[in-house]
Amino acid sequence: MKLELQGITKRFPGVVANEGVDLVVEPGEIHALLGENGAGKTTLMNVLYGLYRPDEGEILLDGRSVTFHDPGDAIAAGIGMVHQHFMLVPVFTVTENVMLGAESTRGFGGLLDVADARRRIVEVSERHGLRVDPDALVEDLPVGVRQRVEIIKALYRRSDVLILDEPTAVLTPQEGEELFAIMRSLARSGTSIIFITHKLNEVLQVADRITVLRRGRVAGTTTPGTTSREQLAAMMVGRSVQLQVDKAPSEPAGTVLEIKGLVVCDDRDHVAVDGLDLTVHAGEIACIAGVQGNGQTELVEAVTGLRPVSAGTVTLDGRPITAHPRRVFEAGCAHVPEDRLEDGLVPGFTIADNLVLNSYYLAPYATGLRLERHAILQRAREQVAQYDVRTPSVFNDVANLSGGNQQKVIVAREFSRPIRLLVAAQPTRGLDVGSIEYIHRRIVEKRDEGTAVLIVSTELDEVLALADRIAVMYQGRIVAILDPAEATPERLGLLMGGARPEEGLDPEAQEIAAAAASAG
Amino acid sequence: MAAVPERPTRPGLTRQAVTFGRGLLLPALAILTALILGALVIVLSDPDLVTLFGVDPVAALGASWDLVAAAYGALIAGSIGNPGDLVGALAAGDLDAFVAALDPISVTLQRSTPLIFAGLSVALAFRSGLFNIGAEGQLYLGALFAVFVGFSFPGLPFFIHIPLAVAAGFLGGALWGFIPGFLKARTGAHEVIVTIMLNYVAYRLIDLALKTDVFQRPGREDPISKEVVESAALPPLIPGLAAGVHWGLVIALIAAAVVSWLLFRSTKGFEFRAVGLNPQAARYAGIDTGRTVILAMAVCGGLAGLAGTSEVLGSNRRLVSGLSPGYGFDAIALALLGRSRPLGVVAAALLFGALRAGATPMQAATGIPIDLVVVVQALVIMFIAAPALVRGLYRIRAGRTTGTEVFSKGWGT
Repeated sequence: MKLELQGITKRFPGVVANEGVDLVVEPGEIHALLGENGAGKTTLMNVLYGLYRPDEGEILLDGRSVTFHDPGDAIAAGIGMVHQHFMLVPVFTVTENVMLGAESTRGFGGLLDVADARRRIVEVSERHGLRVDPDALVEDLPVGVRQRVEIIKALYRRSDVLILDEPTAVLTPQEGEELFAIMRSLARSGTSIIFITHKLNEVLQVADRITVLRRGRVAGTTTPGTTSREQLAAMMVGRSVQLQVDKAPSEPAGTVLEIKGLVVCDDRDHVAVDGLDLTVHAGEIACIAGVQGNGQTELVEAVTGLRPVSAGTVTLDGRPITAHPRRVFEAGCAHVPEDRLEDGLVPGFTIADNLVLNSYYLAPYATGLRLERHAILQRAREQVAQYDVRTPSVFNDVANLSGGNQQKVIVAREFSRPIRLLVAAQPTRGLDVGSIEYIHRRIVEKRDEGTAVLIVSTELDEVLALADRIAVMYQGRIVAILDPAEATPERLGLLMGGARPEEGLDPEAQEIAAAAASAG
Repeated sequence: MAAVPERPTRPGLTRQAVTFGRGLLLPALAILTALILGALVIVLSDPDLVTLFGVDPVAALGASWDLVAAAYGALIAGSIGNPGDLVGALAAGDLDAFVAALDPISVTLQRSTPLIFAGLSVALAFRSGLFNIGAEGQLYLGALFAVFVGFSFPGLPFFIHIPLAVAAGFLGGALWGFIPGFLKARTGAHEVIVTIMLNYVAYRLIDLALKTDVFQRPGREDPISKEVVESAALPPLIPGLAAGVHWGLVIALIAAAVVSWLLFRSTKGFEFRAVGLNPQAARYAGIDTGRTVILAMAVCGGLAGLAGTSEVLGSNRRLVSGLSPGYGFDAIALALLGRSRPLGVVAAALLFGALRAGATPMQAATGIPIDLVVVVQALVIMFIAAPALVRGLYRIRAGRTTGTEVFSKGWGT
């Protein structure tokens, strides 16, 4: 089915989210919709999906003008959407989830025909390589498989146009590859795919055509063959962007963070970090690369005092830490947590209050029990200016900021005091190119000031761009330590997937391997 | 055109006033709607009037208007009084008549006093992410402690005895609040369940205590405590109106100011609110969430305890098992109506106090049962709890949601 959007304009009070957007998606085409957060991608798709009515412009399907009053109309017209946050019932099986809202029935009583639905699901999933057990409970499935269930849901409703909203945000690189294979298979069979993303590599890898949105307007349409990462980034941001982090070679000094034989259990009391050793020196950025769920979260929580340590030691400048988050904070450790809104900020608090979330009790922000509002506000104004947080005032609720600005608030809070160690987990997850560039620059600045930096990231691009040393984590251990110069994405990908490092190991890793062998 | 100077980033007084006004709009409309529906209930509960509507609708409409006007008139007269009497007494220089005209307001303020304390308790809990259903039990424990000090030390000067009795009342409530706080922090027991259950424990504990020689008035078989001695009694605020508003109101207003300071100007309040809005981020920022929950619940309990304290030291001067007509449960409604702001709670408590004070005179004057007031209260709460309903009725556009509208986290741990 050929989809055309013509001159779509959507205004909200005070904002024009989309202005005269034209978009043509040919049958069987993978069309990437690229843009920074807030560029209007999601609004445009919500217009297409019947969630919003456009103020101007029209939607054409195979040349016929259509009007959608709600998503039901859009689904009936053959448009399916896989949201960034999945819309699944965890305690239902795959089959139940897929048939929900489009139930097959038989007989007069309207009995559910689960067998028929199951048969169709198996059929759809086999045709496109969407491997999934139709009888599994959704809550037992990994994220990547849940996404397949969402795709099957759309296909089950006979979608000819499939909208994927930031589908790779939650996937490992390998799962991403599998998704791309599925997308290509769907496109070959005639399904049109709109692929919303802000990741440049993916766009170049999988898209047939690319439309870039900037501030609600189409900044340009191009094809992967005729453009480059740099060009796309410039189109998105409106100026040329530094994609490579510009940094001098590191000058590592003394040991700051030393982790020895660390064992940490996860919430279900399974060993998640299994006898891990790692040292981070002043003035270097150590990156932990790994597929999500190999103990990185537990490692970071143990180091920052949030999770009890079962065995082993963590020392900062020779003094043991890992007791209480506040003691770790006072020892000079800054922490940029993995999940901004869950762990890093208090939505409902002002920007000013979030900027003192961990230091509110210290002078000059408090005298005894009394909060010193003036000192807090003054600091907030300074930091908002210094860290370029885009907000009308420091009294604004932090929940109303964009993701990039929220991350800047956290960075401002954590970076603007003398620190010995910086621990950052997924510091740029979900951010747009401009913000990523900014955060990376700040991290390198901290390193150059002599801070020891420990980054945990599942994004290979980020690891390769930032790291002075790369530690690959697999099943709770560091399995290899690499120099970024000799680390290729392929090699990292293999190690992250559990392949044994055979050769060319750096001496420290050999030491660790030897130590582990003698200990075992 | 002259250059417009750059606006300061701090919200100016006007903007604050606008925000404040907007915050008042919804509760005001909720109250208005509740009163309109209350009028409907008045009319529908009169069988003669309903019959008349079938025969002569115009006359019925007129009669309905008269009835509703009489009922609400009596309600207002019973809660605020007659302004004419006040002005007349002032003009005549008749002090006794002036004091007498103040009587309805005095009763309203007296009824509002325990409601302010209990409402503050629930509001503080909401701000800390806790649902305190146990204000009623905490109230009774506060009353028990306060009445004990109140009758135990005759001969103490009042400026020592009153603070001592009040402190004891706070302590009693705080103890009853500490228990659910501690259990939540240490074992994850949900405070809703624990506080509900502790209410029952408190009722029976009071019954038990009032049967012991320590508490029970000598020569009495029924559960009634000894009399609070004069040096511990909260004196009337308006001399000449012995039965009306007492110094408990002043303590309640001070408590509101203290709670306001505690929540919005102190480091502890910062912790309470941070834990209330996002316990996970609070923990990451180094706040001890367990200790914060315990402290918050203890302070909430203490505030509710003061509700019982002001009743036994001020209005009643003794403890009986039916001391509270459900102040601790009305408190939940008050905190919602007052949007968990101390000033809002005071305003809401004045409204509920007025409804309670005016209910009896209304029944005496028009024969409409006191229960109408309960219906109106319930409707107010319903409309407050369903802001979309009120917005829809009056075609108000939804404002931006702010975190202050989050009253409590979910029912899980």
